[in-house]
Amino acid sequence: MTARVDGPDKVTGRARYAFEHPADGAAYVWAVPSVIARGTIRSVDASRALALPGVLAVITPDNAPRLPGTGDPELALFQTRAVAYRGQFVAAVVAGTLETAREAAGRVVIDYERAPHDVTLTASHPGLYKPDFVNPRYETDTAAGDFDGAFAAAAVRVDATYRTPAEHNHPMEPHATVAAWQAGTLTVYDATQGPSRAAGQIAAVFGLEPGQVRVIAEHVGGGFGAKGMPRANVILAAMAARVTGRPVKFAVTRPQMFAVTGHRAPSIQRVRLGAGPDGRLTAVCHDVIDQTSTLKEFTEQSAVATRHMYAAPHRRTTHRVVRLDVPTPSWMRAPGECPGMFALESAMDELAAAFGIDPVELRLRNEPPVHPETGQPFSSRHLAGCLREGAARFGWAGRDPAPGVRREGRWLTGTGVAASTYPARAMPSQARVTVSPSGRYQVSIAAADIGTGARTALLAVAAESLGVPAAAIDVSIGDSALPPAMIAGGSMGTASWTWAVIKACGALRDQVRARDGAVPPGGLTAHADTAADIGALPAHARYAFGAQFAEVRVDADTGEVRVPRLLGVFAAGRIVSPAQARSQLIGGMTMGLSMALHEESAMDPQFGDYPNHDLAGYHIAAHADVQDIDAVWIDEEEPELGPAGAKGIGEVGIVGTAAAIAGAVYHATGIRVRDLPIRLDKLLT
Amino acid sequence: MRPFGYLTPPDPAAAIAAVTGRPGATFLAGGTNLVDLMKLGVATPDLLVDVTGLLPGRIEPVPGGGLRIGAGVRNSDLAADPRVRAGFPVLAQAVLAGASAQLRNMATVGGNLLQRTRCLYFQDVTKPCNKRVPGSGCPARAGDHRNLAILGGSPHCVATHPSDMAVALAALDAVVHVEGAAGPRALPLGELYRLPGDRPDRETTLERGDLITAVELPAPGLAARSAYRKVRDRASYAFGVASVAAALDVDGGVIRDARIALGAVAPLPWRARAAERVLAGRPATAEWFGRAADAELAEAAPLPDNAFKVTLVRNVVVRMLCELAGTELAGAAS
Repeated sequence: MTARVDGPDKVTGRARYAFEHPADGAAYVWAVPSVIARGTIRSVDASRALALPGVLAVITPDNAPRLPGTGDPELALFQTRAVAYRGQFVAAVVAGTLETAREAAGRVVIDYERAPHDVTLTASHPGLYKPDFVNPRYETDTAAGDFDGAFAAAAVRVDATYRTPAEHNHPMEPHATVAAWQAGTLTVYDATQGPSRAAGQIAAVFGLEPGQVRVIAEHVGGGFGAKGMPRANVILAAMAARVTGRPVKFAVTRPQMFAVTGHRAPSIQRVRLGAGPDGRLTAVCHDVIDQTSTLKEFTEQSAVATRHMYAAPHRRTTHRVVRLDVPTPSWMRAPGECPGMFALESAMDELAAAFGIDPVELRLRNEPPVHPETGQPFSSRHLAGCLREGAARFGWAGRDPAPGVRREGRWLTGTGVAASTYPARAMPSQARVTVSPSGRYQVSIAAADIGTGARTALLAVAAESLGVPAAAIDVSIGDSALPPAMIAGGSMGTASWTWAVIKACGALRDQVRARDGAVPPGGLTAHADTAADIGALPAHARYAFGAQFAEVRVDADTGEVRVPRLLGVFAAGRIVSPAQARSQLIGGMTMGLSMALHEESAMDPQFGDYPNHDLAGYHIAAHADVQDIDAVWIDEEEPELGPAGAKGIGEVGIVGTAAAIAGAVYHATGIRVRDLPIRLDKLLT
Repeated sequence: MRPFGYLTPPDPAAAIAAVTGRPGATFLAGGTNLVDLMKLGVATPDLLVDVTGLLPGRIEPVPGGGLRIGAGVRNSDLAADPRVRAGFPVLAQAVLAGASAQLRNMATVGGNLLQRTRCLYFQDVTKPCNKRVPGSGCPARAGDHRNLAILGGSPHCVATHPSDMAVALAALDAVVHVEGAAGPRALPLGELYRLPGDRPDRETTLERGDLITAVELPAPGLAARSAYRKVRDRASYAFGVASVAAALDVDGGVIRDARIALGAVAPLPWRARAAERVLAGRPATAEWFGRAADAELAEAAPLPDNAFKVTLVRNVVVRMLCELAGTELAGAAS
């Protein structure tokens, strides 16, 4: 088991996060958020701000530099006087100190022409429409067979509507940037999940060549999708640096993160399941209603997992979205699968209860031999193995299915199960490996370690591929000047990066071998690009799977829920770095527990914002909420997805947790909670 | 940032004089709430008068068996004190139910009593709030009020007092010692706080410059059989959804005396006197505990999203009194 290579740097404080990078003569930015949800800026009075000693500039729609690339409206800062949501950055102050910038920002007076806003998602909203695709590029709707006819004829039916609230990612490190211009080139230290992608997008916004922007992200304090693409912070810092001619530091505040750095949109999901008397599904339908902002379309693909989970001849999935005067939603850990599987797996639990079939058995009976919509073979699929292994470890056998009948003192107790899944993919990446005459190896790739242990995993893979001790290898990541690579996102980092690194290591080994082991004075370098390999992947269905088992206790007087036990069993190909993988899976499950019981950004229709906009108001699970939690995996060989055979484990851990806990709450109380989070008032009797 | 002065006066009299004579001055003790409010722009003092070194930081016995707790005693020290744990378990439990270990290490007894509501609108200066800006309006009634008051609120304000410690002190008939420009005085905890009415900005009966110096607990008596139960949305580190402090004296199955206070349901720590009156001289049964809770909750005026608190408080009161009395819960259902 490999220890985390950057562990000592992190615990001793040597590891530098974006904002901590020193910059001589740095100025500081404080953003001014809109206090209206929709309307127009009539005028900005910056005089009182500019009067403060130390203020260098107040940037507003009146004086902001014009940005040539406005393809992403979230990055088109101060290019319009229109306000699309409350909290949108509408101006900013640059000053010699953070304190001055903050005080001055409070003195910027903005006169708004207010317009009525609409911030409430409903299932019958007249603005609902069918988007051309759902995130990232999935088909919006799919259908096979005759769902309506088969559902009407089914022996047993479930027809239920589930709701998930808006949720925010909240990595510990807020979005932060240090930006500096030098001779027309821009260098930014940024809290990003993808230096290569960020550099390209930032260059496009400022109308620069890709080589004119360098993004460095040596250490990143979590992302969960929120740092997958550049946000307003990096554009604002770069703009402020250009306007003032000084390096600039900017960190988004926690309350501002509720508006400008993305979140999971709320969803309304209707799931209909029809089954024959043998418990085999005949009809499956998942209809999703979602919201996005007026600025940018983002439709979460919540019904997509339903397309491959269970066999049934008659099926349909749909997504509809409405543009509201709300902050722009984006990626949050397992976008689509996470909320969607809460609905589908809750419905499976309801179907099991309706039948009187054990919920593990129900899932086993509905295992598809091939992808049920496309007919493609699965490259590897071991959901059944996860369910069986989990049931054995958890002690599931002999479970009394009757709800609301077990009591220990003041606690009602119950258990629940749900399946997990996440696509297993890789994206083209490049890597460079060099060896010096002294036998020192250097692995370079613009990967990002957002706390997952990517550095450690890449070192382990390189050591194995090169056949040399890890101590002989240096791994450089987190810099767009390195060979371009996929972002740390979509559970694709490890599969994409190890593919390129192993390929480069192999090429280097071949070079060394061709020289009979003699490394010339200038050293040897091998470069690899996986674009062609990934392009040649067979059209197969590739997914990671898992099964999660939860035990809950519900206080009979208060409805308080505790989760004394949570077990996840996963099948995710080869686990490259076991210690880090276990942490990440447990982290995903913890976030799933948090989603089940705590997390909710509640929209206030009066103002059009999320008023619980700090970590006192937006609850995430505390340590005391997480008790006996464990993640294990079964041996699985993934033959197709690159030389490491790694499917990725960043997201599968959060998928299904909420459904397992909701099922356990039903088992404990007899109350089926279909709208998250499961707070105590929903269980109070 | 907004510049402000910082003063470390030599003694309490100087501190009181400094605050009395300056409208923008305020006392600073642990700072666990005040500093947050300054960051949010909710509190905008121009002078902080640091009293951390000036306030009594000890817990001392008083004649008759009570305890005098210096206003500067840290919450963590209060909860750990063997005399408090043995004689006033409700108080130790309440303090430990609040905040986190780090915050309890900083927070003082005096400051805990005077902390401000965590109503989301009070904390957001971009929105109206009658408590922060009198007359500006209250968005909570139509907005986010799940955690707000069901008892004692007014059309102008439904904020809740966030303290756990104060709920226990209310049940214990604690007395607050105050020094002010006019000299020292003592008042029952119940007279420290005001209901919001049409002036929710005025939360206490303290005058400018009044400094809480100590809290006195009367002799334990029935407090030895007392407990605190806090219901919250996660297992730790959260403000209460509802809480109950209770003490019970039962003799031969008959209630001699009861003390009940409710937290997180009212603008102040809510002494449940109507419930106590019902219980005196009655059998210690779940049925009577339920009647007592109903009597207290008869005047509850919940809003749509916090109506559940009525059921919640009733359930917790009955459960706690049963546990204190050693009574079976059966028969408590209304």
